[in-house]
Amino acid sequence: MIGRFLSGRGIPLASLMLVRQPVRLAVALAGISFAGILMFMQLGFRDGLFDASVTVHRLFDADIVLISPRSTSSVSMAGFPRRRLVQTMALPEVEGITPVHWNLLLWRNPQTRGTRSILALGFEPGDPLFVDPTLAPKAQVLTQKGRVLFDEKSRPEFGPVAEWFRDGRIVESEISGKRVRVAGLIELGSSFGADGNLLTSSETFLELLPNTPPGSIEVGLVRLQQGTDAEAVVEKLNALLPEDVTVLTKQGFIDFEQNYWRTSTSIGFIFTLGAAMGFVVGCVIVYQVLYSDVSDHLPEYATLMAMGYKLRTLLGVVVREGLLLALFGYLPAYAAGQGLYLLVRSATALPVAMDFSRAMTVFSMILVMCMASAGLAMRRLVDADPAEIF
Amino acid sequence: MTVLSYPAQYQGADVVSTVKIENLSHWYGRGSMRRQVLQSVDLQIAAGEVVLLTGPSGCGKTTLLSLIGALRQVQQGDVRVFGQQLQGAGRGQRQLLRRRIGMIFQGHNLLRCLTAEQNVQMGADLLEGFSYRGRRDQAREWLRAVGLEDHLSKLPQDLSGGQKQRVAIARALAARPQLLLADEPTAALDSGTGREVVELLKRLAREQACSVLMVTHDPRILDVADRLVKMEDGRLLQAIE
Repeated sequence: MIGRFLSGRGIPLASLMLVRQPVRLAVALAGISFAGILMFMQLGFRDGLFDASVTVHRLFDADIVLISPRSTSSVSMAGFPRRRLVQTMALPEVEGITPVHWNLLLWRNPQTRGTRSILALGFEPGDPLFVDPTLAPKAQVLTQKGRVLFDEKSRPEFGPVAEWFRDGRIVESEISGKRVRVAGLIELGSSFGADGNLLTSSETFLELLPNTPPGSIEVGLVRLQQGTDAEAVVEKLNALLPEDVTVLTKQGFIDFEQNYWRTSTSIGFIFTLGAAMGFVVGCVIVYQVLYSDVSDHLPEYATLMAMGYKLRTLLGVVVREGLLLALFGYLPAYAAGQGLYLLVRSATALPVAMDFSRAMTVFSMILVMCMASAGLAMRRLVDADPAEIF
Repeated sequence: MTVLSYPAQYQGADVVSTVKIENLSHWYGRGSMRRQVLQSVDLQIAAGEVVLLTGPSGCGKTTLLSLIGALRQVQQGDVRVFGQQLQGAGRGQRQLLRRRIGMIFQGHNLLRCLTAEQNVQMGADLLEGFSYRGRRDQAREWLRAVGLEDHLSKLPQDLSGGQKQRVAIARALAARPQLLLADEPTAALDSGTGREVVELLKRLAREQACSVLMVTHDPRILDVADRLVKMEDGRLLQAIE
């Protein structure tokens, strides 16, 4: 049966029935593609937003991250005692640590003078912060007080900082009422919680936020010796440290952030619902097309049954029509999805890209859509009574 | 005609009578609407015989045809086709039997989305044990036999009525039936074409040793029959030789 299906022996009835009715085929393919595009967009936005929420998280040069148990997400990071981070040095696996200050501060746009909140990270300029090795030389300038490194991928609302800086102008602005000077550019990317980023030294950071309790940090980065099992060290640290600090692997830190957006906001729900709408619309269109196709050909199906074809063979024709529609409706949706992702990336700087798992998800949704519709349309086929055709 | 020679596996099996009907009655509707359309019909068709069935419309000819063609469940009486009892036969059994019966309809009932050649091949595809190419060659051979070798790749909508009916004949015969049922095959054709089509049908059926039961109103084609059977009000009148 399967061999017969694959070898294509016999007349390709399903494809001929579709091809010989070009208008109906076009409507069906347009409907399926539209549904596919809708699903690609909604799921793409959803995953893109979740991805974007951890743009900075991914960059940290750390195997283990310490945060306060009171922190809920990147937009509300609480402080914890810095000595907890120092305590981790007691373990022989730990190679190095970097204490990081993390807060949202008000940045004044040097052009329009409007303010907007920006994510500021404070660290000791000599400490490793990001995996990217180009940061270390740039960080040297931060040893001077009141200097910041500005993320050139920040949204344009923060002002034409990168352009001015490249033009050789001195870019000065104000954070929390204190004057700062842009001493260099870095590339991080805007995220969900923060439209822009800047780096500064711990010293400058504390100057900008004088109310920070001494010895309190928001994030502690821990680097381990090569080849150490991070999970095992996390367990050791949990046993070693008191409960005023949460120990996570780097992946755990990323998950912690994504989980916040997933569960504590309605973003996931909204976009999943959007994708579901696309699915339903697609179902209705494919069902309509297949149903009217079967209805129109009912006398022909009845003739085939009178000739001695099995009902199962004819059901197979409908199933194949569904499969073909799924396949040829998916391809344009995939292509359009690629194009739209490109558009979204350039317009919003959201990291939206076609990944294999989403491509497969949408394909299986379209497949389910077409198969379910074919299944419903088949019920019409059972009405084909060969006795009626004489 | 080597491709079309009669296959060995179909020879020999109950050649005495292709169709044997005894005391067949049939009703339509239920309860007070129940109406008898066939009353104690007896009929035999021998192998290779060409039988014409005539009678006024509504007398039950088509019902008889659909019962012999295993398209309908037999309600009362015996219907044996190729020696197989149809009384109480299930869906699957009837479907298998239909593969051995060729049918030609009043309308041609061709598949609109297939070319003439592909339509005929839908008939040839019912045969087992032939390659795709073999079945396609047979389809072409049959179209040549009905004189349509120049119209292989035309769609039904581009063919004339007579041509369509000839494609339908080729399709019915391509499945190598031992019994051919035809319901007014000339109804949609002018007299000359009708005559031509019926003679073609008879000649090809003869070559295949295939029995034919044809329902017709058309007085111009009665002479092609070996035997003429008249029907009135659900009863068969005595056979006219």
